[in-house]
Amino acid sequence: MGRFSVRSVLLGLVAPVGALVFAALVCALILALTGNPPLDTVDAMATAAQRPRTLVNSLNSATQYYLAAVAVAIGFKMKLFNIGVDGQYRLAAMLSAALAGAAFMDGVPPFLRVAMTIVAAMLVGAAWSGLAALLKVTRGVSEVISTIMLNAIATYLVSYLLNPARLAENVPGSNNIGTRPITEGGQVPGIDYPGSTSKIFGLVFLAVLVGVVYWFVLSRTRFGFELKATGLSESAAVASGVSVQKMVVWSMLLSGAVAGLVGMPQLLGSSHSYSLDFPPGLGFIGIAVALLGRNHPVGMAVAALLWGFLDNAANALDVSGVPREIVLIMQGVIVLSVVVAYELVRRYRVRAEQRDVGRALGRTKTLEEVSA
Amino acid sequence: MSGGVTLEQKAVSAKRGKRLSPMVYLLIAVGALAVLSLVRVLSGATDLTSSGTVQAALIAAVPIAMAALAGLWAERAGVINIGLEGMMVLGTFGAGYAGYQWGPWAGVAFGLVLGVVGGLLHAVATVTFGVDHIISGVAINLLAPGAALFLSKLYFADAPGGGQKQSPRIADAEKITIPGASDLLGTVEAKRWFFVSDLAGVLRGLTTEVSLLTVLAVALLVLTAWVLWRTPFGLRLRSCGEAPTAAESLGVNVYRYKYLAVVASGAFAGLGGAFLAVSSGQFRDGQTGGRGFIGLAAMIFGNWRPGGLATGATLFGYTDAMALRGSGAVHALLLLLGIALLVVAVIQYRAGHHVLSGVAAAIGVLFAWWYFTSDEVPPELVGAAPYVVTLLVLGLASQRLRVPRAIGVPYQRGQGV
Amino acid sequence: MSTESAAGGDPAPAVELSGITKRFPGVVANSDVDITVRAGTVHALVGENGAGKSTLMKILYGMQRPDDGTIAVAGEPVSFASPADAIRAGIGMVHQHFMLADNLTVLENVVLGSEPRAGVRLDFAAARARVREISDAYGLGVEPDRLVDDLGVGERQRVEILKVLYRGARTLILDEPTAVLVPQEVDELFGNLRDLKAEGLTILFISHKLDEVLAVADDITVMRRGTTVASVSPREVTARKLAELMVGSALPVPELRESTVTDRPVLAASGLTVTSADGRKVLDDVSFTIHAGEVLGIAGVEGNGQAELVEALMGIRVPSAGSVHLAGADITRLSTKRRREAGMGYIPEDRHRQGVLLEASLWENRVLGHQTRKPNARGPLLDRRGAKADTQRIVEQYDVRTPGIDVHAAALSGGNQQKLIVGREMSGNPVVLIAAHPTRGVDVGAQAAIWEHIRRARAERLAVLLISADLDELIGMSDTLAVILRGRLVADHDPSTVTPEQLGSAMTGAGRES
Repeated sequence: MGRFSVRSVLLGLVAPVGALVFAALVCALILALTGNPPLDTVDAMATAAQRPRTLVNSLNSATQYYLAAVAVAIGFKMKLFNIGVDGQYRLAAMLSAALAGAAFMDGVPPFLRVAMTIVAAMLVGAAWSGLAALLKVTRGVSEVISTIMLNAIATYLVSYLLNPARLAENVPGSNNIGTRPITEGGQVPGIDYPGSTSKIFGLVFLAVLVGVVYWFVLSRTRFGFELKATGLSESAAVASGVSVQKMVVWSMLLSGAVAGLVGMPQLLGSSHSYSLDFPPGLGFIGIAVALLGRNHPVGMAVAALLWGFLDNAANALDVSGVPREIVLIMQGVIVLSVVVAYELVRRYRVRAEQRDVGRALGRTKTLEEVSA
Repeated sequence: MSGGVTLEQKAVSAKRGKRLSPMVYLLIAVGALAVLSLVRVLSGATDLTSSGTVQAALIAAVPIAMAALAGLWAERAGVINIGLEGMMVLGTFGAGYAGYQWGPWAGVAFGLVLGVVGGLLHAVATVTFGVDHIISGVAINLLAPGAALFLSKLYFADAPGGGQKQSPRIADAEKITIPGASDLLGTVEAKRWFFVSDLAGVLRGLTTEVSLLTVLAVALLVLTAWVLWRTPFGLRLRSCGEAPTAAESLGVNVYRYKYLAVVASGAFAGLGGAFLAVSSGQFRDGQTGGRGFIGLAAMIFGNWRPGGLATGATLFGYTDAMALRGSGAVHALLLLLGIALLVVAVIQYRAGHHVLSGVAAAIGVLFAWWYFTSDEVPPELVGAAPYVVTLLVLGLASQRLRVPRAIGVPYQRGQGV
Repeated sequence: MSTESAAGGDPAPAVELSGITKRFPGVVANSDVDITVRAGTVHALVGENGAGKSTLMKILYGMQRPDDGTIAVAGEPVSFASPADAIRAGIGMVHQHFMLADNLTVLENVVLGSEPRAGVRLDFAAARARVREISDAYGLGVEPDRLVDDLGVGERQRVEILKVLYRGARTLILDEPTAVLVPQEVDELFGNLRDLKAEGLTILFISHKLDEVLAVADDITVMRRGTTVASVSPREVTARKLAELMVGSALPVPELRESTVTDRPVLAASGLTVTSADGRKVLDDVSFTIHAGEVLGIAGVEGNGQAELVEALMGIRVPSAGSVHLAGADITRLSTKRRREAGMGYIPEDRHRQGVLLEASLWENRVLGHQTRKPNARGPLLDRRGAKADTQRIVEQYDVRTPGIDVHAAALSGGNQQKLIVGREMSGNPVVLIAAHPTRGVDVGAQAAIWEHIRRARAERLAVLLISADLDELIGMSDTLAVILRGRLVADHDPSTVTPEQLGSAMTGAGRES
C-alpha cells in the first residue's frame, strides 16, 4: 500500500509544479519576444521579495485570497460553481462598512463592534448567495448563470448605495467617495513587522481559523462527507439519504458567508472604510487560488501566498521597466495549465490504479491456482 | 446547464414551446410597439421610441448580439463558454491595434483573429483535455484582460494619441442612410401620433446613419441561422451538443466539430469586441464592461436560438440606450417591465403554475408600484436591467427553455456506451 | 438495394475476425478472438456479462482499435479508424443504449453524418423521400418529421435500424436488442430480422438470452473470458449445453433451502401510487406485505414501475397516495436517511448511478448510506478509524478482490463493486433488504456468492424484496412471487410450481389475470 501513497504525493505535486514551470517558460518567452530580458525580470522580483514590505503586503493579500478561495472551494466540493463570490464580498464589505462606520456604533464596546461587523458581512454574503440557491432549488436555474448575473447586479447596487445621498460621504481632500470611516474602537489592530511600515492584518488569524474549520468540517464530519458525496455523484448521494436540495442551500449559504469575510481584513485592518478604490475582483482570484490549491486547505494557503507574492512583486517590475501585467499573464497561464495538468494526472492515476488492481488480483489468482 | 449539480428540473415535464410562425412574431412585435407607444403617451417620455434611441440601441445591441452568437455557436456544440468576456477583450485590443494603423476594417479583422486565438485556447482545454468548461472560461477571463493590458502598455503607450490603457483613435466604419425615407419618417415621427409616430421613429432609426458594422452583424446573424439549421455542417455541429456519442457512432468527428464551433465562438466574440472598439473610436482597458456576460444572458433569454438571441440583444441594447438618454425615459421602463411580468403571470396561471404566477404578479405589481410612487430611477441602477431581466426569465419562465442536452459534459472518443 | 444471393456457391464470409486482442489497463477484454460470419445469415454471439462481446463489437464497428488481429469484410482485409470507416465498409450497428438525439427529428437523426446535399445545403426533401422509401420497403413505419423525444422504445429501435439501412449496411450488428422490448415487440423484431436476411443482409446478434438465440440464429459463437470458446449450430445444442459453454462449468443454480418465512410482517405497502411528472400513474395502487425471513420476488418487463416502486419504498420518490409501514410504524413521510437508519438496506439496480462513488475510496463507499450510524459516525463526526476497520471486515467476509481499502471504487470490477455494496447493505443489522437486480452484470462467481449471502440473511429473518429480470433467479430465490404490469401488481404465483413460461405470459398481460 505504501506504493500508492508515495506515488499519490508525487502525482499531487507534479501538476502544480509543472504548471508553474510551464507558466514561467511562457512568460519568459513573451518577455524575450517583447524585448525585455527575462532574467532581469526575475532579478527584479527576487530583489522585491527580500523587502520586508513586500512580504507583509503579500501575506495581507494572501489573507484575502485565501478567504475567497475557501468560499469558492465549499461550492467546488459539491460541484457547485459559486462564481458569485465577487459580488457577495463587495456587497458584504460595503454594507458592513456602512454599519461599522455608523455614528451609533461608536458607543458599542470594541469587541462586540468588530463581531457585529463580521457577522453582518457574513449575513449579507449568505443572503446574496442564497438568492442563487433559491433559484436553483426552486427553479433549477444554473448557479453559474445566476451568480454571474448577481455579480453584475451587486456592482450596480454598490454604486447606487455608495453615494453621498445614501450610505457614503465624500472623502476629504480627494474625489473619492466612501462610507463613513470606522473609528478606532471598531478596527482590528495590525501586527508590526520589523523593517516594514505596513502592518500584518490582525484578521490573518481569522483566515487561519476559517481554514482549520474548513478542513475539519470536510474531512471529519458527516456534513463534509455528504457534501463530497453529492459532488461525486448526486444520484448516489440521494439514494444514500442525502437531501441534495438541502446541501445546495447549505453549501451556497456557507460559501456566501465565507465570501462575506473576504473584505474584512482590509476593511477592519487598513482602509477602515469602503470606498471606490476598495479592491475588486477578489472573487475571481479566489477561483484561481482554489483551482491551484485543489480545494485543499493547505494547498490553497500555498497558492494564496504565491498569488499574493506575484501581485506585490509586480510593483517592483514597473520600476525596472517591465510592464507589470506580465504577472497577470503568468497567473492566467498558471490557472489554465494547472487545470489541464490536473486532468492529465487524474486520467493517468485512474489508469495506473486499474492496472495495479489488475496486477494485484492477477497475483492472487495465480497464488490460488498454485495452491489448488 | 453546467456540469455541476443538476437538480431535477421542473422544466422537463412541461411541453416544449411550439415554434411560432412569422405571422405570430409580427403580431407580437406590433403588440409590443403598441404597448410601448401607450406607455409613451401616458408617461410623456418621447425618448422611448425616438429614432435617436433606436439608433443608439442598435449600436449598443450589436456587440451584445455578437457575444450571444458566440455563445450560441459554442453551446450548440455542447461547450459552455463563459470565457466570452475575455475573448471580447482580446477583440477590443486587436481592433485597437490594427484599427488605428490600418483603418476600421483591419481592426475588425484583427479583432476576429485574436478572438480565434482565445477560442482555440478554450477548445484545447475543454475538448482536447476535457477540462471543466466553466473553469477554463474563468481562466480565460483572468488571462485575457491581463494580456490585453500588457500589450496595450507595450504598443499604445508611445503611440500618438494613445496611452497606457487606451489605443489611439480609430476611424469609424462607413454609415449608410436611406435617402428620402429618413426625412419623410422624421416628419411623421415629430407629429407624436399614437403608434404611427412610434413606428416611424423606429423605422427612421433603422434607416438613418446605420453603420456597416451593424449591417454585417445582421448578416452574420442570418448566416448563423442558415448554417446551423439548413446545412449538413450545422446538423452535425448541433448533434455534438445533443448526443455526441450518437454523432460519433455515425462517423461524425465530434472533436473536429467541437473545435470548429468553439473557434467560431471565439471569432464571434472577437468580432463583438472589435465592433465595440471601432464604434466607440478606440480600445480602452475595461471597455467590454461585462458585455460578454450580457451576451450570454441574451442567448439564454433567446432560448439558444438566433431569432431569440437577437431579440434579447436588442432588448438589452435598448435598455443601454435608454440609460444614456436620462432617467425620465428609463422610468417609463419600470411600467413596461411591470406590464410584461403581469403578462407572464397570466400565461403561467393558465398553464397551471399558480405559485409561479403569483410570484410573477407580485414582482410585476412591485415594479408598477415603484413606477407610480417615484419620478425617476436612480441612474446607477439602470445598467442592472439586463441582468435582472435575465434572472426573471430564468426564474419565471424557465420551463420554456430548451438547453442543448449534452452541454458541459466532457466528451471522450470511444467512451460512449 | 441489390440482393446478391447467399445461396449462389460459397461466397466469402461477410465478416471474418481473426486473432483479435484488446487490452485495457488491468484487463484483457479480448484475447485471440476468431469469428467467421457467413453472408446472409443471422449469427449470434453469446456470452455472459463481461465476456468481451461488447468490446469485440466496438472493434468491428471502429469505435475501438484492436491491439492485435485482423478484420476482413467480404474477403477484403480492412482497418477501421472510426465508425465512418466501418460504415463505408457496409457495417452498421444498432446499439443497446439507443444513440439518438432526442431534440432532433427522426429525419435529422437518420441522415446525420451522410446527409444528401443540394449545393452546401442539406437537401431535406430528398432525405425525407429516402427515409420514407426505406421505411416502407422494410415495413418499419417510421415517420420522418417527428421529434425523437416523442417516440416509444420500439419506435426508437426501428429508427436505429433505419439509420443503419439508410447507410447501405450489408452487415448489421445488434447489441442486446431485446433487452428493452416486451415479448410481442421481440417477435416483431425477429420478423424484421428474417425479412432483412431474406434480402441478403447479414446480421450479427449479441445476446445472453439463450432461448432467443436458439429461436433466431443460424450460427452461434460462444465467448467466455474474452475469447471465443466454441462455434455451434443451433440444431446441435440445447440451451443447457450452451449455458455450460458460456460459463465453462455448470451454471450456479439459484435455490432456497427450507422455508424460513414467519408470520411477523416487516415491510408493508398499501395502495402505493406514484404519479409521473406528466400525470401518468407509473405505480398504481400497489399493496403487499413481506414477513421476516421471506423473500418476495417481483417479476416484470423492465419499465413497468419497478424502479418507481423501489424509489418510493426507499423515500427517494414521493408517492401521490398510499402508505409504507416498517415493522408496524408508518414511514411514508420519512426521509431516505431515516428509513435507512430504521434498517432498510438497498441494493440499487444501477450501481454506478446509485450504489457507489466511483472516485472515492472503498472505505468512503462503506460510509455511503450509513453516514449517520456506527461504526462510521459518532454524533455529527465521522469515525474514520471505525469505518476503515469495518471496510476491512467486509472486504474479507464478502471476498471483495482488492489490493486495499484506499483504492477508488472505479478500479474494481463490477462484480467486486457489487459484493462491496452487498456487504455494506448487510451490515448494521438491516430488517429489510430491497434488492434490485442484485446480480446484474456480475460474473458467475460473484453471482453465486451474492445468492448465498441473501440466503444466509433470510435465515436470520431478514425480509427481502427481490426485483430481477432473470426469471430463474426470481423463481429460485423467492418465497412468494408477484408480477408487475403497467404499474400494478397483477398476479401472485407460487415459485415452487410456476414455470418461466407462465411467468413470462403474466408479465406481458397475455396470461389470465388472477
